[in-house]
Amino acid sequence: MGYLGGFLVSLRQIGRKQRVTTQYPQEKAPKPVRVHGRHVLNRYEDGMEKCIGCELCAGVCPARCIYVRGADNPPDDPVSPGERYGFIYEINYLRCIHCDLCVEACPTEAITESKMFEFSFTNRADAIYTKAELVVGDDGMPQKLPWEDWRPGEDEMTSAWMRATAPSGDARFEGVVGWSGELGYGVRAPEAGQDGKDAVATPPAMLDDHGHGDHDEHGHDEHGHGGH
Amino acid sequence: MARESRPSGGLLESGLEGLNHNFLTGTLEELVKWARKHSVMPATFGLACCALEMMATGGPHYDLARYGMEVFRASPRQADLMIVAGRVSQKMAPVLRQVYDQMMEPKWVISMGVCASSGGMFNNYAIVQGVDQIVPVDVYAPGCPPTPETLMHSILTLHHQIATGHLTRRPGEGAGIVIEQAGPSGPVPVSLGRS
Repeated sequence: MGYLGGFLVSLRQIGRKQRVTTQYPQEKAPKPVRVHGRHVLNRYEDGMEKCIGCELCAGVCPARCIYVRGADNPPDDPVSPGERYGFIYEINYLRCIHCDLCVEACPTEAITESKMFEFSFTNRADAIYTKAELVVGDDGMPQKLPWEDWRPGEDEMTSAWMRATAPSGDARFEGVVGWSGELGYGVRAPEAGQDGKDAVATPPAMLDDHGHGDHDEHGHDEHGHGGH
Repeated sequence: MARESRPSGGLLESGLEGLNHNFLTGTLEELVKWARKHSVMPATFGLACCALEMMATGGPHYDLARYGMEVFRASPRQADLMIVAGRVSQKMAPVLRQVYDQMMEPKWVISMGVCASSGGMFNNYAIVQGVDQIVPVDVYAPGCPPTPETLMHSILTLHHQIATGHLTRRPGEGAGIVIEQAGPSGPVPVSLGRS
């Protein structure tokens, strides 16, 4: 009758309040703030796209999953505030490894990653996201496609200020707005709470040499197209 | 007379294929799909780091047993879902096809992770660029590796496919690649250089 002792282990757990299982389709486990998920293509406050078609994200991608082709902006109806814009922007999610190198390479903070990674495909063509699916909507939020499992809170904080190598991650840039205004968010407040151990090592004159400190008092220029 | 007007033959002519969309067996078909949906047994096919996430999905925090598929069968004869978790090398490809062929119908394949789906960042001579060149894949799970939530989302997608798909027919057979095994063809003459 010694084998009944094994059943006692299971029987003792019945009725206990302690549960470790996350009932996934009903609830999700909490995610870290800077988790890497599906990309979004951000827009400025006036609705213009941030992507300038420079293909730096495609060049830095180790999995070669991004395909960008830039084109000149039409003068009467420009898509992005600069000279060129991302004419074609495609990400193959059967190649993307969510390393966030494209986010760090982007000079205009156009591409960032949301916190949603619960999605799957039934054929290969569905996995290639085009610009129509990646660009944020008119409210600045990512588009919620029917095969993706969005929950409240996962579409927030997807803009550029949260990336790991943003200037806000350095104590020298404490309180410095280093990013541009964003559709649906405006100009975000800078992050605070750095430890300040690097702040002493750099004289303030270096900030002007590197060009990071040349922000004006508004945080962005008169068109709202600031940034680096 | 009534038999000639039916589009497909009865059970005697076409077997179980004739049972599709039948009036009497319509509810039975739903029952079979429901039973299949809730008793998918995965085969053990972990190849790389994706296998760790697959094991974590079977663990207590995510608990695949909620879908009736907690046991990763070690024998392909007892499994009907192959979760290809990890990169498939060219040497592993015939093994994977053999495991798939040994599985009983009906059988499904989830390509877990970008390496199994498209080769991912391993775009070189050693890695199969997409496991759907070897076996027909039903659901692709993106990610490197996919989190347990992504794997469970793909399993739920597969459940939806099982519940809405055909009962007996499979939609595709992959790229149509057939790997033939050389059978025993008698003693091979050994030449020692002296003819």
